Amino acid sequence: MIEVNNLCKNYGIHNAVDNLTFTIEKGKVYGFLGPNGAGKSTTMNILTGCLAATSGQVTVGGFDIYEDAVKAKKLIGYLPELPPLYHDMTVIDYLKFVAEVKGVKKSEMSEKLADIMEKTQIADVSGRLIKNLSKGYKQRVGIAQALVGDPEIIILDEPTVGLDPAQIIEIRELIKNLGEDHTVILSSHILSEIRAVCNHILIISHGKLVANDTPENLEAEHGADLETIFLRLTGAVPEVQEVTEDAGNI
Amino acid sequence: MLAIFKREFKSYFTSMTGYAFAAFLLLFAGIYTMSVCLVGYFANFEYAIGNMTFIFLLIVPILTMKVFAEERKQKTDQLLYALPLSMTKIVAGKYLALLGVMLVPIAVISVYPLILSMYGNVSLKISLLAVFGFFLLGAALISIGMFISSMTESLPMAAGISFLVILLNYFLPSFATYLPAGSELLSSLSLFNCMDDFVYGLFDLGNIVFLISVAGLFFFLTVQSLEKRRWS
Repeated sequence: MIEVNNLCKNYGIHNAVDNLTFTIEKGKVYGFLGPNGAGKSTTMNILTGCLAATSGQVTVGGFDIYEDAVKAKKLIGYLPELPPLYHDMTVIDYLKFVAEVKGVKKSEMSEKLADIMEKTQIADVSGRLIKNLSKGYKQRVGIAQALVGDPEIIILDEPTVGLDPAQIIEIRELIKNLGEDHTVILSSHILSEIRAVCNHILIISHGKLVANDTPENLEAEHGADLETIFLRLTGAVPEVQEVTEDAGNI
Repeated sequence: MLAIFKREFKSYFTSMTGYAFAAFLLLFAGIYTMSVCLVGYFANFEYAIGNMTFIFLLIVPILTMKVFAEERKQKTDQLLYALPLSMTKIVAGKYLALLGVMLVPIAVISVYPLILSMYGNVSLKISLLAVFGFFLLGAALISIGMFISSMTESLPMAAGISFLVILLNYFLPSFATYLPAGSELLSSLSLFNCMDDFVYGLFDLGNIVFLISVAGLFFFLTVQSLEKRRWS
């Protein structure tokens, strides 16, 4: 569904994304892992056409994200790191706006939006102004927005941030269900979440891809659990040891 | 594009901006109509319109400051970029909404000469030509304000710079007189100068083309400035 070839993004001399190459296949749930500042959000912004790459190529469903931007973007629903919400609109007006831009037919609109609001459990706040919603609700409106128009690929940047434990479980269930007939890419800091939801894992560190496999294969190959693998691959292990040693001294 | 237009237009009237813009424009139109036509006994509504162009100095920055700066500040620009829309359509939707907001009070103002004509000999043709010129001038200035808003994420900065740029343009003919040479060329760049011909009842295609070109130029620059931001 998505082909990424030699993708680079430089901010001045800093390489935020350094020569990434990977393929996203149809119908899988991908977990995108990496420490803070590894380039996860930058990569996701490039995949969705929000940001231009310095070099390299991204094609979505065969369409180049720059050359055929409109066709490529039709296939994607995206929740950025901060949900892009218009605070002066009501939830339903906001979703209607997104649906209209995505070309959802008028005759099907209210039915489809009702379905999405039920899935993300925001139906009870549909008439409220977005600025008056709690963080968890805002996050769910952001997810709902990504689902509008039934895109084949859904990209979620840290979808469970700001949710309470019960909501996290619901959203995980939702993502699992979405994975049955959609391609999903989600980034997260919570390894147990990735383990529970994803059937393929990409780990990036300092803008480079350091792992690209199923969780089972990774664990078998390294002979350790996901957490240890993550710390080892992203070079965080020595620091962690230092901290624990320091803690011991105190 | 239509969806963007509708959302934007509505947002100006769910916040104070649209009402403030309309209120100030109508307030000044009222004051000038009263002083020129009612107290001054002139049957020339175009004089009233011609005298109040300076109001754009204040109300255009108020109207345009948030058009892109606010999106950038709230990170909602990411939604627009991720949606299947070209940048030109995004800017077009927003620009048309701005023009729409300006048209509301101007539609009210264009009724004034009709009312005045019941009490005196008003030339409707010239009056409405002046209103048309007033609208074109506003359209060009709004395009400039929109471009400035696309370059920053600070609303006060967008408003302040727009004000200064429009102020400079307003005084351009007076500044130009201090130049040893080329003063005519410089003063002809003043958008406000175009208004004089409209007020005298001259339908000069040159003025119309000039104002529309300026609006088009800054529309184009806005698209470029937003495209550039994705690459930096």
